[in-house]
Amino acid sequence: MSQTQPLLRVTGVKMRFGGVVALGGVSFDVGQRQICGLIGPNGSGKTTMFNCISGIYRHVEGDIVFEGRSLNNVPRHDMAGIGLGRTFQNVALFRYMSVRDNILVGAHNTAKSGYIANALRLPSVRREQDAAEKRLYELLDMLDLRQVENTPAGAIPFGWQKRVEMARALMTNPKLLMLDEPAAGLNHSEVDELAGLMTRIRDELSLSILLVEHHMSLVMRVSDKVVALEFGLKIADGTPEEVRNEPEVIRAYLGEPEEESAHAGVA
Amino acid sequence: MRNSWLVAAFVAFATIYPTAVFSDYHLFQATMVLVYGVAILGMAILVGFNGQISLGHGAFYAIGAYTTAILMASWNVPYWVTIPISAVVCAGFGFLIGLPALRLAGHYLALTTFALAVAIPQILKHRWFEDWTGGVQGLVIDKPDAPFGLKLSSDQWLYLFTMFVAVLMYLFAWNLTRGRIGRAMRAIRDQATAAEAMGINLAMVKTRTFAVSAMYTGVAGSLGAIAVAFVAPDSFSVFLSITLFVGLCAGGAASIGGTLVGAVFIEFVPNLADKVSKAAPGAVYGVILIAMLFLMPVGAGGFLAGIWRKIVGQRAG
Repeated sequence: MSQTQPLLRVTGVKMRFGGVVALGGVSFDVGQRQICGLIGPNGSGKTTMFNCISGIYRHVEGDIVFEGRSLNNVPRHDMAGIGLGRTFQNVALFRYMSVRDNILVGAHNTAKSGYIANALRLPSVRREQDAAEKRLYELLDMLDLRQVENTPAGAIPFGWQKRVEMARALMTNPKLLMLDEPAAGLNHSEVDELAGLMTRIRDELSLSILLVEHHMSLVMRVSDKVVALEFGLKIADGTPEEVRNEPEVIRAYLGEPEEESAHAGVA
Repeated sequence: MRNSWLVAAFVAFATIYPTAVFSDYHLFQATMVLVYGVAILGMAILVGFNGQISLGHGAFYAIGAYTTAILMASWNVPYWVTIPISAVVCAGFGFLIGLPALRLAGHYLALTTFALAVAIPQILKHRWFEDWTGGVQGLVIDKPDAPFGLKLSSDQWLYLFTMFVAVLMYLFAWNLTRGRIGRAMRAIRDQATAAEAMGINLAMVKTRTFAVSAMYTGVAGSLGAIAVAFVAPDSFSVFLSITLFVGLCAGGAASIGGTLVGAVFIEFVPNLADKVSKAAPGAVYGVILIAMLFLMPVGAGGFLAGIWRKIVGQRAG
């Protein structure tokens, strides 16, 4: 099917909450350096899928393979280390910590120093800190966050908080950046900036992006491929152009044309 | 950089001036301020920086105090050697208590640790341990004299010794809370799910932080036992845990410097209250406490840090 191994391969993933089937066996791939949009109406299972990949939920059936390695039993705190960075739907920042410290937390998995080394502030700790700060400043510039560096993350505007979250996820050095509704709550011009930012991140840091998003025009604009879900099942998978024209997707978003057709039948 | 020189100057002054000028009794009080400071610092690391609530840190204080007292009374271990031993013992206890704490959040953890504080005086009195602990009578230990033939009273020497240990403990805490581990602790406090997604092992950081916290309060217990030269079960009642918690809140939970203000508060305010009203010192204490929390809702540490930022900010801007 593909010439190289995909970065992420999701195969037949099922997830239930009590009696409710949230995912009924979903399969798709995310390729290297690809931006993959995951779309679907409310309750279609997008965020559930997202949380299965990052281990917050444990799917009951199916397989999620990242770089040839199954994620099924990987502890959540190891996800960052193997290359999965993520943001959260409702922004999950460390509110009382400065923007700077928020982003530096993303470097946790790239360093090793422990309690004693930190308490004594050994040279190895300083080296880690210097390396982390160098990347911190690159990201602060890339995401235009310099001026709020020392402000508590809870005290800056929502749109800025989303960028802090993205910087924090990038600080983990991900191979796959997972963004959960990054455009939610942003105004028109901010969405435009976000689109440019995502392609820049992909190109400059050469990583893949999995994007869960409601904002259709954004998804269609930036994605290399789009996967559409409805009621926990995949209804389309292809280029933005293909998915846009898929009758199932049109139906899911615009509703059944059955009333009109019924009327037409009567007439 | 300038800040660290100021802190160094402050420490030098706080070391030399009381030693030279204070009476033995006032030096003892100053020593106890340092002791409580370290004890509250242990709580600040756990509660303020990591967001795990403990109402039972008096138990670790007691374990530290008894470790030192037993080592000195039964095995004639020099007082300064007992400090690192007590640190290890208390860290071990803290780690063990930290394990069930992983499954308990918020007020459940507060109650569980509270139960520990309720139990500890009775455990210390129990006849199984009586041979070591001295039961209800407690243990009397010798106050150490100044070494190397220094012409210092034992209170003067103890103040210097306590100051030395406290400075080390504060320095380590400052480094710890500002680096990678400190950020992980605070991240867990603010948003555990996100912290985990950033690669922080919640169970590991929480149990180790509990161990560090218990170690701090335990070392304070050891220093306190040496300063008082006596330990008895009823010195470590539930009230001690509550008092330490009050000191933590008065100082500001996530403030290193604030712990000293908290320590001053719990050392002097009860005496002050007693002077104001012999009949109802508790009521006066309560009023002072409420007034303090009303004036400085973020604790003295946050209050002073705010003033400091204003002064420095104005000069810089």
